Amino acid sequence: MNENRHSVITVVIIIVGIVLLTKLFVIQVLDDSFLRRAERNAVQRIVDYPYRGLVYDRHGELLVYNNPVFDLMVIPKEFNIEDTAKFCKLFQIEKDQLIERYQKARKYSYVKPSPLIKQISNTEFARIQDYLIDYPGLFIMTRSVRAYPDSVGASALGYIAEIQPKQLERDSANYYNQGDYIGHSGIESYYEKILRGKKGAKYKMVNVRGVDKGSFKNGQLDTASIPGENLQSTIDLELQKYGEKLMEGKKGSVVAIEPKTGEILSIISAPVYNPNLLAGAAYGKNYGKLLNDSTMPLFNRPIMAMYPPGSIFKIVQSLIGLQWGIITPNTTFACNKALVACHNHPSPVNLFGAIRNSCNPYYYQAYRLMINQDVSSNTYTDTQIGLDKWHEAVEKFGLGNRLGIDLPSEKSGSVPSSLLYDRMYGKNRWKYSTIYSLSIGQGEMQVTPVQMANLAAIFANKGYYYTPHLIKSVDGDPEKIPEEYQIKHEVGVSPHHFDMVQDAMAEALYGTAMRAIISDITIAGKTGTAQNPHGEDHSVFVAFAPKENPQIAIAVYVENAGWGGRAAASTASLMIEKYLRGHIERPALEDYVLVGDFGD
Amino acid sequence: MRQDDLYINKIDWLTILIYLALVMIGWINIYAAVYDEQAAKSIFDFSINSGKQLVWIGTAVLLITIIMVADYRLFDNLSLILFGFFLLILLLTPFIGKEINGQRAWFELGPFRLQPGEFAKFATALALAKFIEKPSFDLSLPKYQFQAILIILLPISLIMLQPDTGTAMVYTSFFIMLYREGMPQKYYVLALIFIAISLLSLAIENNIYIVAAVSVITLTMILSGKKTWKRTLTFSLIGVAIIAYSYSLDLVVSKLPTHQQNRIMVLFNPDIDPLGVGWNVTQSKIAIGSGGFWGKGYLEGTQTKFDFVPEQHTDFIFCTLGEEFGWIGSLVVVGLFVALLIRLVFLAERQKTRFSRVYGYCVVSVLLFHFMINISMTIGLFPVVGIPLPFFSYGGSSLWSFTILLFIFIKLDSHRIQLLGRMN
Repeated sequence: MNENRHSVITVVIIIVGIVLLTKLFVIQVLDDSFLRRAERNAVQRIVDYPYRGLVYDRHGELLVYNNPVFDLMVIPKEFNIEDTAKFCKLFQIEKDQLIERYQKARKYSYVKPSPLIKQISNTEFARIQDYLIDYPGLFIMTRSVRAYPDSVGASALGYIAEIQPKQLERDSANYYNQGDYIGHSGIESYYEKILRGKKGAKYKMVNVRGVDKGSFKNGQLDTASIPGENLQSTIDLELQKYGEKLMEGKKGSVVAIEPKTGEILSIISAPVYNPNLLAGAAYGKNYGKLLNDSTMPLFNRPIMAMYPPGSIFKIVQSLIGLQWGIITPNTTFACNKALVACHNHPSPVNLFGAIRNSCNPYYYQAYRLMINQDVSSNTYTDTQIGLDKWHEAVEKFGLGNRLGIDLPSEKSGSVPSSLLYDRMYGKNRWKYSTIYSLSIGQGEMQVTPVQMANLAAIFANKGYYYTPHLIKSVDGDPEKIPEEYQIKHEVGVSPHHFDMVQDAMAEALYGTAMRAIISDITIAGKTGTAQNPHGEDHSVFVAFAPKENPQIAIAVYVENAGWGGRAAASTASLMIEKYLRGHIERPALEDYVLVGDFGD
Repeated sequence: MRQDDLYINKIDWLTILIYLALVMIGWINIYAAVYDEQAAKSIFDFSINSGKQLVWIGTAVLLITIIMVADYRLFDNLSLILFGFFLLILLLTPFIGKEINGQRAWFELGPFRLQPGEFAKFATALALAKFIEKPSFDLSLPKYQFQAILIILLPISLIMLQPDTGTAMVYTSFFIMLYREGMPQKYYVLALIFIAISLLSLAIENNIYIVAAVSVITLTMILSGKKTWKRTLTFSLIGVAIIAYSYSLDLVVSKLPTHQQNRIMVLFNPDIDPLGVGWNVTQSKIAIGSGGFWGKGYLEGTQTKFDFVPEQHTDFIFCTLGEEFGWIGSLVVVGLFVALLIRLVFLAERQKTRFSRVYGYCVVSVLLFHFMINISMTIGLFPVVGIPLPFFSYGGSSLWSFTILLFIFIKLDSHRIQLLGRMN
């Protein structure tokens, strides 16, 4: 009865063999995905991270360099400590933190390494190095972080940090991997491609713990990393340091430009923060702190803050008026305070007097002539045509649009055109009386500090500018800077119109900014007071010097510091002295600015 | 003296040849599994596992010699004593065994470590043979079925105390032998249905599908035949029982220790956690799968060499073979096992006594089970169970116990005529 059962058993054995061989055939011969997964496993593409380019100032002083740090990696499978307290003390880690990070590592992979303690400093590493041998499953991986020897220029230099998921999505070239570092703001971000260099790859055979087991195919596929190019910035380290010192305890911006080239000598966003805070192990903690700081140190004021240009804009108005032939240097208007408020000064005034005394009614009347040129008999249409023509002329001064400075997140400011007023009031529902506040740089006008500094450069250059920029050369080659910084922009005003304006600006110091006067350097400047509906007005001053051969053009904004003649003019004057002389001969003024009360 | 009378010619050399082939291929694979190019050592180096395995192979040859020169009647006579002895050892193991990975399955004797659960297999096989030997032992009768199952359950329950699920499971393979000896076929059909339902309810996430399928089948069965009241009730009850079982299985699985639950989950969804629970299976499949048709070449494997596969020289030794020798290598080894098993069935069938036939089928059962489950788990056809590949995996306990198991049968086979004579 049971004799045939041996055949059943034999058949079962054969079926087992066939099933196993079939499944083996499927995974070994038909499905080649396992081969790829095996290569991904054991042939590891070890990224050879390039050395990030250094950043120097215009005289070759180091602004940013790389500092080696060490990550302590853990392989959970091999990690085993007997005395947790001793371990925590040695590696200076809280017990809870240790447990939490170990669990996280374990969750990621039991057999692959993950970081346990990130960014151990050089000295820390030297201390723990010898103890590492006692702890299996731990090893060190070297990385580098950015460091700033003088701790200045944070807002211009920017910082690098781990790439964010959104940035990773946008990376169409697939250059970055999760966990890679990328410039997040400032020069670091704008010149990311120059600074980052090119990653290399070494194909290595590694075991499950990532331990090197020799090269793959004798290194035929390996590529070396190309270090990032060093970048020379236009920043003058000494001037930058001095400016940051002057702005201590204040809110505002300082932008200094070399007028002939558009090179930014100094760019300060106050309050300043120490860039070293965002480089290193405490990045996360410090970033949160800076982000929540009510003084907004991460807000890059020179390129992002927008204020009405105020009286400084009167110079632009004068130039456009002169160019259009609406006014001449001899044109006079009465200081009619019924039109718009003014302070007391002789009346009537010619253009020189108007600039010197910052006469509001003068510009009210001059601007009306510029806008209402009787091109159309309809007042509304005529205003619209005039405004648009004027808008075009103002834009040439680098206002109303992004200048194109080599920093991310630059704001455009605002110069209104008829489109804006049509939106606000409706077509043909507005005329000169609606928009007259533009005449004195108020109303819907908005400019950024860097645009103001650029204006100062235009005044200094008598009618042209180079887009303000922070890059002087790449790897020692000035030709390698982006082309847009080598283009000369003409503002469309004949140079001779500037002569009288420059004289008036030099003269103006004796009216509104006595403090700014330097005995043997002629400064041409203009104070402004940007009205601030939220509190004390902002103190504004633009200037260039020396008047005969301008070396520096500067705009200073000090928020809530009252009128321009005090805080802003004093600061600008000290910056000019520092830059032109290399030292300060007016310690009293320096103290006045450093104390920062700005009373009389 | 006629040549036929030479004892040496009565030994089944074909089986021994296959045995030697498997042991040798196993040995060179163990060397490959531990080979480190940067610190290459000789295959004979005693400081690495291949050298140690050579010692186990040498001592296995000694064991073979002892078995072959011993009196064949010894195994029959000692069967029950041996069985009793190993049961006692198994009983003691959980108390005095050395704890490794949460199990107390190992016995330490000086420098040696032995796993009693492995050795108890041949004693259990001998005991089964001894019990079933009696002509009155009729497996179609519940009384004898019960006795046979009890003998198998004894070592299983003791090994579960250690607990060593994998080794305990191996003992269920003796049901293959019981099948040959007349255990009613319906039990096996039921068991297969039971396994099929279990697999389906584990594989199918939503039990609603099972309820629907079972309902449809039950209704078809009821409507297709005579519509008697009794028949309808029977089918309905079976349907309900299957659904109830399917639900209770989920409950049972959820009560299992997490690592066992995970092993089951991974089987149905290997990508569930490739760096964690699924690591073993995933890496094992990658290693074998990357071997291709011809393999990467001896000592050229990367997955096994660089420790991606855990336990690769013991339970996962097949990975080394699959990676370095490819499908051809797999074919040779699977072929050798199939040939060995078929040869053993043939030998078992030619036995003149029920004792040696039963024992022979016990050998077939254990080897088939180990071979099938071990390779299945390395290629993701079965949950990861810690049992070695016979003759192949590194380790003294494993090699010795399989050698003893096999060679007692070769010894019995070589005396099949005398045994007959003794019976008569």
